[in-house]
Amino acid sequence: MKRRDFIQKTSAGTALVTLGSLGLQSFTSAVKTTKITILHTNDVHSHIDTFGSEEGRNPNTGGVARRASLIESIRKENSNTLLLDAGDIFQGTPYFNYYGGELEFKLMSMLKYDAATIGNHDFDNGIDGLYAQLPHAEFQFITANYDFSNTIMDTHTKPYKVFKKDGIKIGVFGLGIELDGLVSPSMFKETKYLNPIEISQDMTRVLKTEEGCDLIICLSHLGYHYGNNSDKISDLSLAKATRDIDLIIGGHTHTFLPKPTIVKNIDNKNMLVNQVGCYGINLGKIDFYFDSDKNKSVNGTSIIV
Amino acid sequence: MRFTHLFFLLYFFVLLNCKEEKLQLSKIEGKQIQITDTIPIDIDIEAFVKPYRDNIQKDLDSVLAYSTSTFSKNDGELNTALGNFMVDAIYSEANPVFKSRTGYDIDMVLLNHGGIRSSLNRGHVSKRTAFQLMPFENSVVVIALKGTQMDSLIDYLRRAKRAHPISKLKLILNKDFEVVDAKIKGEKIKQNKTYYVATSDYLYNGGDNMRFFKPNDSVYYLNYKIRNAIIDKFYKLDTINPVIDDRFIQTK
Repeated sequence: MKRRDFIQKTSAGTALVTLGSLGLQSFTSAVKTTKITILHTNDVHSHIDTFGSEEGRNPNTGGVARRASLIESIRKENSNTLLLDAGDIFQGTPYFNYYGGELEFKLMSMLKYDAATIGNHDFDNGIDGLYAQLPHAEFQFITANYDFSNTIMDTHTKPYKVFKKDGIKIGVFGLGIELDGLVSPSMFKETKYLNPIEISQDMTRVLKTEEGCDLIICLSHLGYHYGNNSDKISDLSLAKATRDIDLIIGGHTHTFLPKPTIVKNIDNKNMLVNQVGCYGINLGKIDFYFDSDKNKSVNGTSIIV
Repeated sequence: MRFTHLFFLLYFFVLLNCKEEKLQLSKIEGKQIQITDTIPIDIDIEAFVKPYRDNIQKDLDSVLAYSTSTFSKNDGELNTALGNFMVDAIYSEANPVFKSRTGYDIDMVLLNHGGIRSSLNRGHVSKRTAFQLMPFENSVVVIALKGTQMDSLIDYLRRAKRAHPISKLKLILNKDFEVVDAKIKGEKIKQNKTYYVATSDYLYNGGDNMRFFKPNDSVYYLNYKIRNAIIDKFYKLDTINPVIDDRFIQTK
């Protein structure tokens, strides 16, 4: 109940948040604008086919072949597009039981996913089962808080990746949920879970200061929100406790949000948390517009959701 | 300062900025697009998936056994033919795995009544039947419990008054749902003996409020899915004809 209240509160009407003050507009004549489009999915759970017409809640939705043409049309409109997945690619239909995730990874490669993080269900055939499917994935696995150094996955993931699109540097880092209690230890073996908040503080410093990123995205499988009485780290609590993250793309809780959530970070700056439910029913689309320096200092960043 | 000086200063700043051409984030727009059937199908992707899909459908529907009648989890009081079939299948299929790894035998099997997700229909039985009965990916775990903890397990069953499927445990309740007799493999439960109870990882982790599995002496993960145990049983049987018996009953 609490969570629903929260979602409704944040979604009342179209929110338009503006930082800074207005004034001194159109300072220069020719303003160069670059648009970066971030597309994202989460918790697709091996849902490759479109739901049938008799499917109770979501008839005739989803399906990777339809998602492919939607993504293609968006890419045609803007080539500066990244496609990301927030984990739990595996498990949920016989495709996974029969092929162990091979088809899921092959299709994501055909759709030209740029990166994915790892969800708890991606360990369902054990860490060896995940490793076995890596040759089928032509995209980068990104996770900063799973220490795989004593496992077969060592060196096969990166804590973050920096993408460059039309001069804009986009840093993407990944976060996974605590596996103990969710996944049998025989499955995740010696994977070590590290504190997501501490790791995020480190990651944002590296991406902002060392890599000089213009945009920082956290690809998270922590879950959207666990109620105000829970001390479990969620996307909302992470967003409030960190700085310099522009967007958290979430997963795990299969949360269908009516629109992305605007959250104030530790510096009281607005940022976005989004999640698009599950099973490939929805595609998230976040557009970041960049233009010349002056407009930022004068007008600030407006967020329209 | 004269006005023209101010203008020079302004131009200076403008030039400085233009030189760097540094772009800054000015606007963010976020939305969600539902994948509906108004979006066309990518024919290359569809063609790529088709052989995988066809192969799965064919395998899911290949006949493994024949069921003599339709069995529902609602047919029966405290034990049902369908529930009995499932737990007995887990015993017969998982016990050799457990024994080969540990040298011990499974003493009893417990599942939950709510975990039976469909009926088993009369006629051909296939892997699809097993996916319908058990759509979840739960695996068999074996938990070592002391006789004293077995009392909590039995007390749970007594209070639940539901046909939670059991194998190798025989439980008789009186009309007030008090335990009249409880035997494992025909013997009275001994307080100091260790019992190896097979169940699903879901129930072990507290599903259906089964809190008696923790703490325990040890847990064995067999990495053997409950659905696969059922499929393996289907392979071994020609006809499926389970019955309601006296393993869990109430005397009136």
